[in-house]
Formats: sequence, C-alpha cells, structure tokens
Amino acid sequence: MASVTYDHVVKRYTADLTVVKDFNVEIKDKEFMVLVGPSGCGKSTALRMLAGLEAISEGEIRIGDRVVNNVAAKDRDIAMVFQSYALYPHMSVYDNMAFPLQMQHMKKDDIDKRVKNASRILGLDNFLKRKPRALSGGQRQRVALGRAIVRSPKVFLLDEPLSNLDAKLRGQTRIELQKLHRDLETTFIYVTHDQVEAMTMGDRIAIMNAGILQQVGTPGEIYDHPANLFVAGFIGSPTMNFVPATVDNGTAKASGLEVTLPKPVGATKGTLGFRPEAVTDRVVDGGPSMQMKVDVVERLGSDQFLYGQVGSDQVTARVDPRMKVDPGDTVRLGLDTRSMHFFDAESEKALI
Amino acid sequence: MDFSVLLTDLPTLVVVIIGVPLVLAAYIVGGEYLVRRLPDKSRPAVRPWIWVAPALVLVTGFLVAPAIGTVFQSFQDKNGVFIGFQNFAAQLAGFPTGGAWIAIRNNLFWLIFYTLFVLAFGLLLAVLFDRVPYESVVKSLIFMPMAISSVALVVIWKFMYAYQPPGQPQTGTLNFILNTVFHQDPRTWIQDETPLLGLFPLNDLALIGAAVWGIVGFSLVILSAALKGIPGDLLEAARVDGAGEITIFRRVIFPLMMPTVVVVGTTLVIFALKAFDVVYAMTNGNYNTDVLANRMYQLLYNSHDFGGASAVAVILLLTVIPVLIFNLRQFRAVEARR
Repeated sequence: MASVTYDHVVKRYTADLTVVKDFNVEIKDKEFMVLVGPSGCGKSTALRMLAGLEAISEGEIRIGDRVVNNVAAKDRDIAMVFQSYALYPHMSVYDNMAFPLQMQHMKKDDIDKRVKNASRILGLDNFLKRKPRALSGGQRQRVALGRAIVRSPKVFLLDEPLSNLDAKLRGQTRIELQKLHRDLETTFIYVTHDQVEAMTMGDRIAIMNAGILQQVGTPGEIYDHPANLFVAGFIGSPTMNFVPATVDNGTAKASGLEVTLPKPVGATKGTLGFRPEAVTDRVVDGGPSMQMKVDVVERLGSDQFLYGQVGSDQVTARVDPRMKVDPGDTVRLGLDTRSMHFFDAESEKALI
Repeated sequence: MDFSVLLTDLPTLVVVIIGVPLVLAAYIVGGEYLVRRLPDKSRPAVRPWIWVAPALVLVTGFLVAPAIGTVFQSFQDKNGVFIGFQNFAAQLAGFPTGGAWIAIRNNLFWLIFYTLFVLAFGLLLAVLFDRVPYESVVKSLIFMPMAISSVALVVIWKFMYAYQPPGQPQTGTLNFILNTVFHQDPRTWIQDETPLLGLFPLNDLALIGAAVWGIVGFSLVILSAALKGIPGDLLEAARVDGAGEITIFRRVIFPLMMPTVVVVGTTLVIFALKAFDVVYAMTNGNYNTDVLANRMYQLLYNSHDFGGASAVAVILLLTVIPVLIFNLRQFRAVEARR
C-alpha cells in the first residue's frame, strides 16, 4: 500500500521521439487510477516506467516516499498484470502463482497458504495443477491476477488486462476487479484505451493524448467538465456533438442553432459542444431550438438515437424511445443549456 | 576443363536433362489420370501414395536395401560363407584394447564431450549474443566454420596443433601460446595420449575440440532462434515478480528452451556416433584416436574385411537407431507446441 507520484516525468527514445512529456500525477494510497487514451498516447510507457521495465529519461517517480528511478524492477515491490497475461507456459497454475513468493524466499507453508487463498478468491481451485495452455482466456486472466495478488504488493499495475477477453467476460471481470480492489485495499493503476472501462472502474481517471496528460479527475468531473476538446470527444458514447460557432454579444451562432451562453467566454470563434442526451425532444420555453433533418434512427429499446443534420452540422440526439421519428423526417429539438460546453478555437480549451 | 566430353556424350546429357523430368511428369500425370478413374470414395486413400511412391522407391533402393545387405554381410566371411556371429566376436574381442574397443571408447568420449561442449558453447553464445549489437554479423562469423569442408577444417587445426621440438620457434598457435605466455614446453597435441583427469586422452580431446569448433555455429543458430522465440513479456513478468537475471535464465528461459536443447543434443549425439572426417583426416585413427566409422572405413578399404566392416556398421546402426527415434519424437513434440 502506497501512493505513487509522477513528478515531471519524461520518456524520450531519441532526440525527436518523446513518448511521455512532462507527466505529473499523484496517485493516492488505495486509489483506483485509470490511465486512458488512444493507442500510442504513452499510457503504457508511463506504466512501464513505474514498473521498472523502461528507464525514466527525466523527472522522478516515487512509490510512497521512495524515489524508484534507480531501483530495479524486482526490488520495487509492485505486481503487474500484462495484456498477454505473460504466464509461464512450463509451470502449473499453482507454480505460476507461487513464483513471485518463491522469489521472496518465503516458507513453503506460507506460499501454500497464500496461493490457496488467492485461488479460492479467483475460483481457480480446480485448475491448480493445469498448465496455462489448458486454460481458457478468462481462466488465464485470473491466474495472471492471482500471480499479482498473492504478493500483497504496494502497487498493483494492470496493462489492458481485459482486452483479450470477449465482451461478456469483460463486463464480468470489470466488476470482479472493482470488488478485488475493495477487498485488497491496494493502490491500483490500470491502463486502458477503453473509455467505458475507465469510466466504470476508476476512482479517478487520467486522460493522455500524444504523450501529454490532458486531464485528471473523477469520472463525473471528466464527463461533466472536460478540460478540452480532446477529452470531451474521447469520453462518452456516442461522442459529444461539436458544432463550429461564432460568438456575438453573448450569443453563440452555429449553422442551425443559436444559443445564449450562460457566461461570457472572451472569444469570438470556437466550438460548441453538447452531449447527445442534452438534446431534448421538447423545446423549453425561450430555450434554444434546432431543426434536425434525420438521416438514421437507432432504436435500442431503452434509448433512441437520432443522427441527422442541423444546419450544415452533423448532430446526434438521444431522445425518448417513444418519440415517433422516421429517417427523412425533420424534427424540432430543444437543447438543455446546463450541460453545454464551449471550446476555444485556437487552444481547444474549455471556456464553459 | 575439357568440355568435348560433354559433346561426345551428348545423348546421355539430353536424356538426363529432358528425360528425367519427362518421366517424372509422365508419372504424375499418368498417376493422376488413373486416380481419377477410381470411384470417388477411394480416391483420397490412393492419391497420397502416388505422390510418396517415388520417394519410397528411392529410400528403399538406396537406404533400406543396402542396410539389409550390410546386415547379411556382417554374418558372412570374405567368401560370402555364413559364419554366424564370428565377425562381431572378432570386433568385440580383447577388451579393453583389442578389436573395436578403442574405437568404442573414443566414440563414448566423443558422445560425452562433443555433445556437451557444443551444447554448452552454443547456449552460452546464444545468450550472450542476444545482448550484443550487430548480433547477426557476430553470429555469421561463428557460423562460418559450418561452410568449410571438414578436410579444410582439419588443415586449419593441424596448424593450430603443429609441434616443433622445444627450443625451436613454434609454428603451431597453441604451442606458441603455451611457450610464450605460459613458458611451458610444447606438446604434441594430436599424438599425446596423456589422460586428463586420469581418464580422457589429450589427443582425443584435441580432435573433439576441432570438431566442436566446426559445428558450434549449428547449435548457436538453433538455440538462438529458440531463445528469441520466448516472448519478451515473460521475462518482464519474471523481473516484476522479483527474479534476478540468473534466476530468470534458470527458471524461465532454460526450461522453455529445453525441448530445443534436447533436439539439438540428440542430433549431436548422432553426429558424435557417426564421427569420421576429422579423425580420418587428422590421425587416421592412429595414436589410439580411432572411432567406429573410421574403423569401418579402414576394415573395408585397407583390410578388405567386408564382414568386419559390416559388423562395425551394424553395431553403429544399432546404437544410432534408438537415439534417432528419440530425436524424432522430441522434434515432433517441439513442433506440436508451436
């Protein structure tokens, strides 16, 4: 159990290839922190630097109060679950889980107790003598988890551990991991490219893009108050609607929409952002309205998504499933201005 | 070179260049034509045989038949009279120095040291080169002796082992080093039968050393490929799990390379049992360095003792076959894991 601090961390491979740029995050003790971003954004590299598998080019990484820059991976007291699981193919499930304990020269009885305990938690009791080859993907994944939890490490690192599972198993494992985090009371750092995993599992989320940390916050903060255009577009499905707009006297004008901004933004050009669920099927008196020429209607039972044109912009709306709409219709929709965003045209930073 | 011989023998040449492929093509086309006339059901059972038959014929004609002939000959005397096990008795008489015993002893030494050294060096070099820049260049250098004819190899190593009496300038590399660096008297490496550790004659080891140099590239390349086949994240996982580099080699890398080590090892055992060229060219079996294959050759071409030579061949065959079967099984096991 320990906090983890990234202090101005840089990872540079060559003079012009920097994959992590000035990375600063403080991960609290027992926190479930998710590093999320598109592939190649440097999130895995950030994790691997913490694990000791990559050298740190600049800055400092601390586990608790200890600077670990020059500490070998084997001495950092962390456990890691790899995307490929990286199980030792020649060892039984039992030996795979016992391996890190044997490395600590733990007594056989204690090893046995811990492995048995982990296998009970993860439901691996019947597979202890099997080789990884004879296990399903989900079982292998649990062995990888087991190998990590037997050690009671200070920090628990997970590098896209669910990406090789099918959708159903992924959903289940997501819940199991959260339970595990609660039971183990250990710091979890979880890397994923999947925003759903990030939103559902993280106490806090750190979003990265192109090696740069974009925003750190709770899932709620990030969803409701994205710091910039990238974060707003990355989190949420379907993605937030972005329409280019000009601002004149406190009013943002887009091609098919006019909104009075709730506060002055100090810019004349930018992007208006609103999530599909902020589009309403009823126009509030005096509130903004838009005419949408509907192209596609998706009925999901609990939701109904309309994809269409508002002015010259593409807009997605999530409306009541009972609303009767067909492709080709033109419908009048409202907009809930309380969850509306405005991004600066130059810096792409959120002004509202 | 005199090319006129090609002209005078032109018909033969034409037959070989055109006739052989023509016969093969005719065989395939004809075979396929016959197969198509069969009922649908039996076609899949027959067709593979059409394709493997030429290979089977060649193997039977050039390998199985002579092997059986050799077995027969090993029970016959010079005049083709059946004499039971007398040839074997002659070869296995006079233990420990008579008959074939010196050769058997030396083959045993070859089996142990040749296999062990080649495996050990191959493994060591594979692991070391894995961490070296320009790995492929260095590996090619080590592999180079594989491209040399064994006789050339022996010429090189005769220079390495060359001997001049004490006091004279040493032309042999090893004796030069022995003389100038260690200030010792030169040794006659390929004649000196002084046993090391009281058991293993120096000259035997010198011969084995030359052969090892020639083959180590083979084990290096195969073991190196096996090493590269181990996924990197396994090693990273082991590192995070708290293992040091030596422990990782012992507990993760080596066990995963084991099937390949066994295949290379058994192949080397077969090579060791068949050892001939280095011995033949270096000492011709003198100074008690004889091995079974060389003895077989000597019996056949110098003594014209067909029975004796065949008996040695059969002894050799009987020792190689179990190793061969084991080797094939292991190889299949390795392939099955891929």
